[in-house]
Amino acid sequence: MNWDGWSAFWDMGGRAFYVWGAYGVAAVCIVLEIMALKLRRRQARRDLKRRITAEKP
Amino acid sequence: MGNINWFKYSSPQTFYPLAGKMVPWFVAAAVVLAAVGLYISFFVAPTDATQGEVYRVIFIHVGAAWMSMFIYVVMAFWSAIGLSFNARLSSMMASALAPTGALMTFIALWTGALWGKPTWGTWWVWDARLTSELILLFLYIGFLSLQAAIDDPRRADKAGAVIALVGVVNVPIIYFSVQWWSTLHQGASVSMAANQHMAVTMLWGMLVMALAFWMYCIAAALMRVGSIILEREYNADWVRTLPELQA
Repeated sequence: MNWDGWSAFWDMGGRAFYVWGAYGVAAVCIVLEIMALKLRRRQARRDLKRRITAEKP
Repeated sequence: MGNINWFKYSSPQTFYPLAGKMVPWFVAAAVVLAAVGLYISFFVAPTDATQGEVYRVIFIHVGAAWMSMFIYVVMAFWSAIGLSFNARLSSMMASALAPTGALMTFIALWTGALWGKPTWGTWWVWDARLTSELILLFLYIGFLSLQAAIDDPRRADKAGAVIALVGVVNVPIIYFSVQWWSTLHQGASVSMAANQHMAVTMLWGMLVMALAFWMYCIAAALMRVGSIILEREYNADWVRTLPELQA
């Protein structure tokens, strides 16, 4: 075990800004991409449904 | 191999449901690998003797940097297939890879800057490794903006393919830059050279995290290519009769 408790863990040997800044931004990027992917799929489906209903007699 | 008709999967119609089925598996693999990888990265891998705790950025930096280069090569490959065989799905695959590749490049540059500041004393330096990785980001952005600017999808495919294929020469430059020029960036993290003394648990953390990134990128690209298929094949009968679009 590397850490004497959670406060030492979050402190990262005094380099918290750099370590958590790197991990945090990477995590935010990935979460945003997942949201964008889901949104794009939902929009594609919505457009298709609209097209299909518009063409029905 | 005998009876499997691989060409069958080159049509959007058969690939769309297949991609849909594969996504959850790659997501699950990415989640499990990331959980194991993060545990190793923070709780198993020891403190680095010279860098202290800040070296732990390596566990995401290397995986993202590998994927940024690998995705570009795969994107160039699918672009080439799309261009030479006029294969729609291959071009769609190239377009689906680009945003995730750009994201991985950004993560590699960002985490590198945050690692460089406390260890080198600078966020950025115009050395060969960093500059060529920045060019990679511009190539992805160029690919994406060129395709976005052209309305006709098939022409956009061709224009994107040209950027992808011309730009692929940059990938070996990034990879070998640390050997070809004297750079501030350190040499390869994984190497068979005898003078490398990386702790085994550090190496495992890095490899498991890289694998997690890989699985994530596959899942993201498959998810995106599904949407691209729906957007571009809107006139096809098979799209209009998809069960998910009824009711």
